[in-house]
Formats: sequence, C-alpha cells, structure tokens
Amino acid sequence: MAADMRLPTARKAVSFSVSSSDRKDLVVPGDVITSDTGFMRGHGTYVDEDKLTASVAGDVQRVDKLICVRPLKTRYNGEVGDVVVGRITEVQQKRWKVETNSRLDSVLLLSSVNLPGGELRRRSAEDELTMREYLQEGDLISAEVQSVFSDGALSLHTRSLKYGKLGQGVLLQLSPSLIKRQKTHFHNLPCGASIILGNNGFVWLYPTPEQQEEEAGGFYTSLEPVSLSDREVISRLRNCLLALAAHKVLLYDTSVLYCYESSVQHQVKDILKPEVMEEIVMLTQQKLLEQEG
Amino acid sequence: MAGLELLSDQGYRIDGRKATELRKVQARMGVFAQADGSAYLEQGNTKALAVVYGPHEMRGSRSRTRHDRAVINCQYSMATFSTAERKRRPHGDRKSTEMSLHLKQTFEAAIMTQLYPRSQIDIYVKILQSDGGNYSVCVNAATLAVIDAGIPMRDYVCACTVGFVDESPLADLCYAEESGGVSSLALALLPRSGQIALLQMDARLHQDNLDSMIEAAMTACKGVSKVLDEVVRQHLQEVSVLSRE
Repeated sequence: MAADMRLPTARKAVSFSVSSSDRKDLVVPGDVITSDTGFMRGHGTYVDEDKLTASVAGDVQRVDKLICVRPLKTRYNGEVGDVVVGRITEVQQKRWKVETNSRLDSVLLLSSVNLPGGELRRRSAEDELTMREYLQEGDLISAEVQSVFSDGALSLHTRSLKYGKLGQGVLLQLSPSLIKRQKTHFHNLPCGASIILGNNGFVWLYPTPEQQEEEAGGFYTSLEPVSLSDREVISRLRNCLLALAAHKVLLYDTSVLYCYESSVQHQVKDILKPEVMEEIVMLTQQKLLEQEG
Repeated sequence: MAGLELLSDQGYRIDGRKATELRKVQARMGVFAQADGSAYLEQGNTKALAVVYGPHEMRGSRSRTRHDRAVINCQYSMATFSTAERKRRPHGDRKSTEMSLHLKQTFEAAIMTQLYPRSQIDIYVKILQSDGGNYSVCVNAATLAVIDAGIPMRDYVCACTVGFVDESPLADLCYAEESGGVSSLALALLPRSGQIALLQMDARLHQDNLDSMIEAAMTACKGVSKVLDEVVRQHLQEVSVLSRE
C-alpha cells in the first residue's frame, strides 16, 4: 500500500482581506475595556476596582450600554429553539442525559419525547421502565432546545417527527461558532445525501431517507445497507465540511453544496490534503461571493 | 558552591545569561483540534504541552461536585524521554501528585470558577523535555491553553523560578543551576494586579534576602507575561482574520 508522507511545514492561512493589521477591538484577559462606570457588564467581562475588565480573549461587542467579550472558541451556549445533535450518556428516572458539547449535560425528559403510538398517549410507569428500549447510552439524537435552566444546562425536546433517534450516518464535531443560524437546519442536499447542521457544532450526514412511515415517532432506525454511491457522497461531504471548518468558513446549505461541487474533480481521499483543501475552499468562497454580489 | 561557578565575576551565568535575563520563550496556541484548548510552550530547553477540556459535566466521582463553582482537575506528567536518564514515570507518584496539586491551586486563583457551577475543568500538562523550571513552564503553557479554551480568567498567570547565588537573585534557573544546590523559589503571579497565586520554596534562605528574591521573581514573571501577551494577541489576530470573511 502506498502511503502519503509529508514534511512538517507552517500552515498558511487563506486570507482575502488586505487591511487585517491591528484590530482595536481585540482584548485579552486582564485588559481594561473602559473605566467609565456607565456601562453594563456582559459575558466575558468582570469589574475590578470600578474598571470593566475582559476575562477572555476575543472581540468586544457593544450593544447600547452592554459590553460583552465574545471568545473565538468556546463550548456551545444554547438558546431556545436551537437544533442540536447529541449523544445519550445516561438513562435516569424519567429523563435522559445528553452530551451536546455544552458546559453541562443536557436533559431530555420522558415527557418531552414523542413515544410510538401517537402524540396524545399517556406516559405510564411502564414507559419509565422501558426507557432504555427507546434510547440507550451511546445513541445519537437530534432535538430542539426547549428551555435553559438557571445553571446553564439545556432542556431538550423531540416533539416533532423531524427530531428523534439517528440511524446510519456520519457524525462530525466542529466548532459551534462555524454554524450559521438559519430558518432550517435540516437539508436534503441535491447531491444525494441529507445533513443536519446542529447549532452545537455537531453535524450529522446521512443518506436521504425515502418516505418515512408516520407511526414510527422518530424512533425508527433503518438498518438497510447503504449503497456504495451514497456512502461515497457522504464521505465526500464529510471531507468537504472538514476543509471548510479548517479554513473557518461559515457552514450552511449553500456553502456546503458549493464546496461539494468544487471538490468533484478530486478523489474523496485527496480532499484532506492541505493544498487541495485550500484550492477547494478558494473556489467555494469565490462562488459564494458571486452569488452574493 | 562545590566546583561549579554559577555566576562569574563578569556577571554571566553558566549558559551565558545575565543574572536577571530570562530564557527564550516560544509558544503556540491551538495545537490540537480535538481539545477545547491547547498550547505548546518552550522556555529555553524546557518544553511543555498543555491541554484543557471543559467546562464539562462532572466525570468520575460525582461527589466532588460543587454547587457554587467549577472543580479544576489538573494532571502533571513527564515523558519517559524528558530527562537525560530515560525512566518510566508511572502516574500518581509523589512528585507529580504534588505538582498537580500546585497547578490546581494556581489556577483556582485565576480562573473564574464561580461562573460554571456543577461542572469540571480538566487541565493536563506534559513535560516533553525537562531543563529546569518545570513548574513555571507548566503554568505558562496551561495559561495559554486555558485562554485558548475561552475560559474566563481574572488575568494571565505567569510563573518563574528564582535562585539565590552570591548575594544576588538569578531569574529562570536551568537544570544545571537548579541541581547546583542553589536555594530556589517558584512564584506564580497575576501580573496586572500583582497578586501572588502560588509561592513555593523548599530550601533554606536568610530572611533578609527573601524580599529581594520575591522582587526579582515578580519582575521575571512580568517579563514572561509580556511574551505570553504577544503570543495571545498574535493568535487572536490570525484566527479573527480568518473568521471575519
């Protein structure tokens, strides 16, 4: 088997901006943002001897009298209505614990899932005992954020047929800040696969399902073998997403699709080579600019 | 001192530095994609790798959970090949446990743990090459990793060792100086406020000299903080340019 070897080199950043030097709004921990007391203290700041001071490294955001510092990289901060992809870590009484790349594990209550047998079904003690049959440790789910607890933990729900247990596919764990907020995060891409862009940075790629039966209530998982062509499309999409993430391009259906189109001339395994990555991302960004302007 | 002259008459040390001169510091942030934060730091020939995971749900023993703040979990280790003599270093020996504890205390003073109740922050530091000042290099590397992870801190934590030779303090000792029987002191400082996060000395020193030692250590720490500041700002520039587009 031929192995591809390369020597270590410094990574070059693809940059289109000309004036990138010395941005004034970047702060590091301990920097005094203002000593004026008329401002309100937001996330990423603290007050030290009447001076508003940054506590994380990032850019300062000012909304009226509120000053926040947004770090470049953090864990996921959930908001109500976000679509997330997560993994079950624990089955407890009346609830599941879900790992969603958040500060604390999220909670999925038994009362906020759709059980097989219709929406208006009563939850009995028996359901509590058979919770593990619906979802067990290690299962992946897609869900929506229902509410945020005072300590920052998220409460999820899957009360819609589009949410529920995920079957066969590929999971990618990216930075939450790369996902563009949109009206819908479920996309059936025309290239032959579907994608769930979770707001928490977890992206799920799966073969586009054929007409699903209604009764399943989101717990139906197909174990049919996936055809080779579908798997190839999914692997290509995965590598494209990694390329976009490496160059910090915002992810949404258009950017993913353009990237896929730009990568068709390369073999799937070659997409991850740095020089190919760079080329594909350049092409994608060009297409995006053309579409905008 | 037996045999070895640590400070020559001209005022130079074994490796050619002046008494207050630091070793060259080189660092990089965000070396791993998988971790929440990571950094690599070289201080002279001492090299360390720091990785931060968290804040995340408590793993392992639930009983350590604090309802008002995050728990910091530090682990210090040395690579088998890090010293001149190759040696297997099992986890949990006395020396590394003590070092882990010191790191934990240092970062509890700097990280704003009260913002993350019921969660845990893991800091793992590994010495890849050891040439004196292991504690301070670990602290400096871990500071960068914590900043990379976007965890709120009051300030940088910078650490430095200082030794006492011929009535004058030497900053940032290397291994040859450390093992030469010098009484040395390690200090971790929050440079902007001048607060001391950790002060450690297990040698004998006359009380009259302590003030000048601490003074020298603080100056050295501030020197380190300037270098770290540059690294962080450089990193910020680079990443924010990319994500601005």
